[in-house]
Amino acid sequence: MSEGRSRWGGLVALAAVVAVLPLLLPNNFYFDVAVKIGLNAIVCVGLNLLIGYAGQISLGHAGFFALGAYASALLTRRLGVPAPLAMLAGATGVGVLAFVVARPILRLRGHYLAMATLGLGIIISIVLNRELDITGGPDGTTVPAFALGEWRITQLRDWYWIVGGGLLFTVWLSLNVIDSGVGRALRALHGSEIAATTIGIDTARYKARIFVVSAVVASIAGSLFAHAERFVTPIEAGFLRSIELVTMVVLGGMASTFGAVVGAAILTALPQALAGFHDYKHVMLGAILIGVMIFMPRGLVPTLSEMLGWRSR
Amino acid sequence: MDEFLQFLFSGLTRGSIYALVGIGFAMIYNASHVINFAQGEFVMLGGMVTVYLALTAGIMPVVVAIPVAIAVTALVGLGLQKFAIEPAQSRPGGASVVTIIIITIGASIFVRGVVEVSLGKRDFVLPSFSGNEPIDVFGATLTPQSLWIFGVLAVVVTALKWFFDRTRLGKAMLATSHNRLAAQLVGIDVRTTLLVSFGVAAALGALAGVLTAPITLTRYDVGIMLGLKGFAAAILGGIGNPFGAVAGGLTLGIAEAMAGGYVSSAYQDAVAFVIILAVLFFRPTGLFGGPGVERV
Repeated sequence: MSEGRSRWGGLVALAAVVAVLPLLLPNNFYFDVAVKIGLNAIVCVGLNLLIGYAGQISLGHAGFFALGAYASALLTRRLGVPAPLAMLAGATGVGVLAFVVARPILRLRGHYLAMATLGLGIIISIVLNRELDITGGPDGTTVPAFALGEWRITQLRDWYWIVGGGLLFTVWLSLNVIDSGVGRALRALHGSEIAATTIGIDTARYKARIFVVSAVVASIAGSLFAHAERFVTPIEAGFLRSIELVTMVVLGGMASTFGAVVGAAILTALPQALAGFHDYKHVMLGAILIGVMIFMPRGLVPTLSEMLGWRSR
Repeated sequence: MDEFLQFLFSGLTRGSIYALVGIGFAMIYNASHVINFAQGEFVMLGGMVTVYLALTAGIMPVVVAIPVAIAVTALVGLGLQKFAIEPAQSRPGGASVVTIIIITIGASIFVRGVVEVSLGKRDFVLPSFSGNEPIDVFGATLTPQSLWIFGVLAVVVTALKWFFDRTRLGKAMLATSHNRLAAQLVGIDVRTTLLVSFGVAAALGALAGVLTAPITLTRYDVGIMLGLKGFAAAILGGIGNPFGAVAGGLTLGIAEAMAGGYVSSAYQDAVAFVIILAVLFFRPTGLFGGPGVERV
């Protein structure tokens, strides 16, 4: 199983990058970008399980991210709930919501989940924008620092280590899911759903389960985001944010856990690096999406690793 | 009663626009089983190109600018199929539905970005076609622009009916939607059929954009919401059925206007998406779609 070994080797390599990177980051601005990359990567690793392994697409994951963020923001700020409990409450709520929506819809064949998540994401975004008294509306809301008893996490550098650790944990989790029975079942149904059904795999149940996992991961990342940035706006829930997340997964490589991390890193860092070209951000995003889909539909990481493997042989 | 009638007119007006956008979704889905997320950008292009040609650049009168804008948008639609979707599908092994959905999303971001960069982010106004003198109907008022919209929708529906019933190309399109391989075997040029469906869908989207620009203003990002509403209309009508999309659009428009008038104007925009979820939960084939049978 050389493939399996290279996967775990990848985890070690990622851990090394996370450990060394702070030595190269000159100031807080770069730490902020790194934290954002890490959070996007966590969401994308979860989303990749859904897109790459369950063969379903979600156009509303930003909604789950934002629900997590707002649950943490509002519960800690308005009700004084301890931050870890608020995060747990958000994740639980999102998990239940995802299950309730996905279970009946995933029984249908085809890409109905994309439509349902699209609708759900936009409804979440509209509610966050309109419920001024609760959410603060389009202006957003401030978020208290993450506090565990006396210990308050306020430094971006501390957040870097928390998000870095969270990313490694999520990647480890994802690799485990892929190598587990669930992962094999998912790969089977991606190949041929009918064949998978005939050998007794309850395809709808596996798809719903992986959808719930990816939604909960997004919610937790949203909670961390809220406390790290100390501010959330409904833009986080927007349709375009959901598209951006899907783009990251697709660019890095569907069905590649590390591809999701690479995609998140590139698309989070690129607009910062090209700050002067800010106006062209969308033109470039669109062109990248089309180009990748036409010329390397499997994404950067799988395509490049195949090329390198072919050369070394 | 006057109030009800007023909401009804408003609902029919916006519903007709959703219907025109929805027909485009249905036609492309019919021909290629692709959900074209760039459909909303066709709507935006129609309005924006017209405004640019007739007012911003001022190089032609509005009556000329409208057909030119529709033609330009149709070319963009053809280009999308020819240069983005076809190359992906003609790769060995073809392309998955996810791949095609993402290409259309990429195209929509690209087109919107190009317009944002070239024409800017501000609102543009297109004058109404025949003035703004409201017409009194049983105590409620109707604008001439609404009448234009109703009229155009009626003409489009009639033309589509004729197209699918009477023309070879229309029949070829129906045949392709039922079974692509079989259509190819009886000598239908599937590639041309797909191109035509993208061209027609884009032209109809642009038409909707031109018609609605005098009522709602237009800017580079109007396509997102209008596209999503048209998509909701198409799902409600049973995706793949252009006439279902018309009924879906009108239903959606009226539901929105009533919800906005009687329930909550803040949540008017959410109606379409609640309807999407409800349809998927309770009647996934849409209101007018037949029971779907999928071949293994």
